[in-house]
Amino acid sequence: MTARVGVVTFPGSLDDKDAARAVALAGADPVPLWHDDADLKGVDAVVLPGGFSYGDYLRCGAIARFAPLMGELVPAARSGALPVLGICNGFQILAESQLLPGALTRNASLRFVNRDQVLRVENTRTAWTGGYTEGQEILVVLKSGEGCYVASEETLDHLEAEGRVLARYVGEDPNGSYRGIAGLSNEHGNIVGLMPHPEHAVEALTGPSTDGLGFFASILTHLGSRTPEPA
Amino acid sequence: MARVVVDVMLKPEILDPQGQAIAAAGSRLGFEGVEQVRQGKRFEVEIDGELDDAAYAEVRRMAETLLANTVIEEFEVRPAS
Repeated sequence: MTARVGVVTFPGSLDDKDAARAVALAGADPVPLWHDDADLKGVDAVVLPGGFSYGDYLRCGAIARFAPLMGELVPAARSGALPVLGICNGFQILAESQLLPGALTRNASLRFVNRDQVLRVENTRTAWTGGYTEGQEILVVLKSGEGCYVASEETLDHLEAEGRVLARYVGEDPNGSYRGIAGLSNEHGNIVGLMPHPEHAVEALTGPSTDGLGFFASILTHLGSRTPEPA
Repeated sequence: MARVVVDVMLKPEILDPQGQAIAAAGSRLGFEGVEQVRQGKRFEVEIDGELDDAAYAEVRRMAETLLANTVIEEFEVRPAS
């Protein structure tokens, strides 16, 4: 059976279609999920896409966090059972939901950053990064105004000690993120938040590379190894 | 009906680039002695009935849950003057 990967649409989501396309290119079945339906439709994994959910009112992700669908998603993700990838606004939603530590705030430059960005993948033990090699540099797209990752020194030290920093920006820190952090995972490795956009780097025609496909291929491999097909 | 004010500020250890930009603009405009500006948010919450302890506690709960992200922000609840 093909793996079914849900992609959530909130009012203001922008990259849900691109995320669904990336899921399909990797060979999984994208399943549209609606923020207002408290129904995960039995999907094997979920992508929270980029955009400006609820207009980014109050704080980015602060209102999306309380969507009916999130009421189903949060406990399933927290238990380690449901793999979730939050991209950009999705990362902000995961942080607001306290599924990932820290917060994402206004870029230090106060400018929206929109560019191709090299990342170094540092944690390949997650459900979403198993297809990369540790230290691999990948080229994806960064486009965000509130991508500055902040957390207390204690939290940062804890994340580093547990190897949960998923990826860092290579070269100049584009948004002031503490310790150059572009993405991280929870302790189970099923929840991953990433500020840049792997789903925009899956096809030579439209992306700066196809390096982003690895996230979607990785979850397929992960799900395949977890649920072997019945003989 | 009573009104409660909730002030939300970034914790001191969190970088506030907006506040810094405002402080810089202040000096450029010749406002003297401005050393630092921190930018926050003010919410005015109108509640039904009397402002008793229970109503206060409810607004406090809302501030904690929704209005502030206590990972990076701190808040203060007070009656509107």
